[in-house]
Amino acid sequence: MKKQTIDTRPAGPKPWYDPRVRSLFFQAIAIALVFWGGWILVDNTLSNMESRGISTGFGFLGETAGFGIIMNLVPYDATMSYGRTFWVGLTNTLLVSAMGVVAATILGFIIGVARLSSNWLVAKMALVYIEVIRNIPLLLQIFFWYFAVLSNLPSPRQSVDVGGALFLNNRGLYLPDPVTQEGFGIVWGGILLAIAAVVGIRIWAKKRQLATGQIFPTFKVGVAILVLVPIISYLVAGRPLEWDLPALRGFNFGGGITIIPELAALWIALSLYTASFIAEIVRSGILSVSKGQTEASKALGLPNGLTLRLVVIPQAMRVIIPPLTSQYLNLVKNSSLATAIGYPDLVAVFMGTTLNQTGQAVEVVAITMAVYLTISLLISLFMNIYNRAVAIKER
Amino acid sequence: MTESTMKAPKKALRPVKWMRENLFSGWFNTVLTLGVAYLLVTSVGPLLNWFFLDANFVGSDPSACTGAGACWLFISQRLNFFIYGFYPDELQWRVDVMFLLLAVSFVPQFIERFPGRKWLGLFGIFGLPIVGYFLIPGGSFGLEEVQSSKWGGLMLTLILAYIGIIASLPIGILLALGRRSEMPIIRGICVVFIEVWRAVPLITVLFMASVMLPLFLPEGVNFEKLARALIGITLWQSAYMAEVIRGGLQAIPRGQYEAADALGLGYWRKMGLVILPQALKMVIPGIVNTFISLFKDTTLVLIIGLFDILGTVQSTVTDPAWQNVAIEGYVFVAFCFWVFCFGISRYSQNLERKLDTGHKT
Repeated sequence: MKKQTIDTRPAGPKPWYDPRVRSLFFQAIAIALVFWGGWILVDNTLSNMESRGISTGFGFLGETAGFGIIMNLVPYDATMSYGRTFWVGLTNTLLVSAMGVVAATILGFIIGVARLSSNWLVAKMALVYIEVIRNIPLLLQIFFWYFAVLSNLPSPRQSVDVGGALFLNNRGLYLPDPVTQEGFGIVWGGILLAIAAVVGIRIWAKKRQLATGQIFPTFKVGVAILVLVPIISYLVAGRPLEWDLPALRGFNFGGGITIIPELAALWIALSLYTASFIAEIVRSGILSVSKGQTEASKALGLPNGLTLRLVVIPQAMRVIIPPLTSQYLNLVKNSSLATAIGYPDLVAVFMGTTLNQTGQAVEVVAITMAVYLTISLLISLFMNIYNRAVAIKER
Repeated sequence: MTESTMKAPKKALRPVKWMRENLFSGWFNTVLTLGVAYLLVTSVGPLLNWFFLDANFVGSDPSACTGAGACWLFISQRLNFFIYGFYPDELQWRVDVMFLLLAVSFVPQFIERFPGRKWLGLFGIFGLPIVGYFLIPGGSFGLEEVQSSKWGGLMLTLILAYIGIIASLPIGILLALGRRSEMPIIRGICVVFIEVWRAVPLITVLFMASVMLPLFLPEGVNFEKLARALIGITLWQSAYMAEVIRGGLQAIPRGQYEAADALGLGYWRKMGLVILPQALKMVIPGIVNTFISLFKDTTLVLIIGLFDILGTVQSTVTDPAWQNVAIEGYVFVAFCFWVFCFGISRYSQNLERKLDTGHKT
């Protein structure tokens, strides 16, 4: 609008007063500055690297890494390449982030609802939880769980034993590992069949409700199918599953699945911390649904459960989703604090050990930042798609 | 409640009635209340014992910690280190002066009607960094120089958070203006800058500042570790600050922009005299909230080897002279952070209520 008001002056401005000319001029300067700055940085970096004898390029990714990593989801040992350490770190980051997102969401929703509970004691406890946890630095909480709680657990020989299958000690939590035997494909088939059946029933029930107004108990039937069909197929296939139980061998446990204390501490701290923020988001989301909506739905004769499911939650989600997205992003970024307690995430393994061993700071940092950028963009993308799906549809 | 002829409610509910309505309405709430109350009763006792009754407060060395409770002695013995780091004892008055000035400029902000509190606040924002710049490192006005490697503890935490926020404010304003600019290239540069910094975790930024910054600079130019961390924190924080300020710029009604144009103001005068004063006032709570999160995030500098308050505690709890004092140390740090963050967030909530003129939809 600014341009137009000035442009329509009768005489026409002198070229250096013309906003369009000025705008082009300033943008040209900005581009020149960015390129100049970039060139200086590149030039300095190259000459510095040359004088320090650091090689450039991504060739180092193929070299042998030669260090061990305490936890790996993809196969790894010290003879593998630096490129492999990247994948190990990335999968570990994704694992703890995914675990954290799930736990923080569940916990956050529970606490957020508890905060609005009509029960005074429960509401106050939720308030205390939120105000205490979110005002204490996450790193401190990670340290607390790792150094003060988990490392004070008993040693492997005195470990806490739950039914001979689950052991807890200062080396980690040991769980039985399910090993699929021959014929487990039948069970997978059963699970897939159950899911397909539930989806089918849901579509059919919706159609029938639209046509006749009759409501089919989709949820109850669906749960029954999801539980029963896999169990029946499991029994039919002759129980093709064995458990690899952890057992004390020498000084430490062997077998089973191990959750190392680093992972546990990081997971607990991330979940508790993020949950306190999610709880506030959930609370404000639910409060944002005006009382008239609830009253209208009651007036229509909907019971409490349906009011919540069909009226309150869909509207609350619109308010909740955008800040929830940024909390998920924060959680993924905060998982990089793993490096402080030695959980081998992307930053600890790749930006830590690999960078120190190869000295190729520029490449390693660039790759790591690119990864976080990609994760952030992907999460925003998915949440935006979801947000568009739940957003208000106005005509 | 379903009766149409209810009596007027009593002003003060009797305790029994209050409890029936707020704690024991229905079987579910009763079960919840009893469950939570049981947990509270069983955990408060041992916690109280650990914190106060069985705790050790007096003594001068680790052997005095004999009780089953907390060893607060550890905190009081090492308090000097936790607050000043390695700052020389005889020069600590300089840090104390800064603490005092900080308190003088910001505590009145909590008190309404304090005379001249606006000027004190402005001094806190503009004057304090200048005083601190001369006082803490020394080296001029006959003050003995103290290397930044000797700074530590609470003092360093405050320095990092304070400079981080003050320095990122102007950069954030420029970035926010750039992102709202009508020039596509300037907007593009600002968007990329903001989004890249916001997408990466602070720890990678700190690593980058400590590992890569020396590579970027021409030979011979070098910064100390603290300065490098500060550069990283400031750039990272300015991206967040830009987003907060952009929110304020977007909230200004279009009529204000048009009115400024109609008055014939140029871009900078339009922004500086009309838009920014309103926008910045609107986003003060947001800025305070970013400050809180930055304040908590400064703990990350311990990963690149600076001794902030958590760093000093972390390095002492592993001291073999003291046995098992990790929990005491963490509780102490948590308490320090909690007091600061909770106080500031309460202040920001108050401010939000006060600045809320009801114009928002």
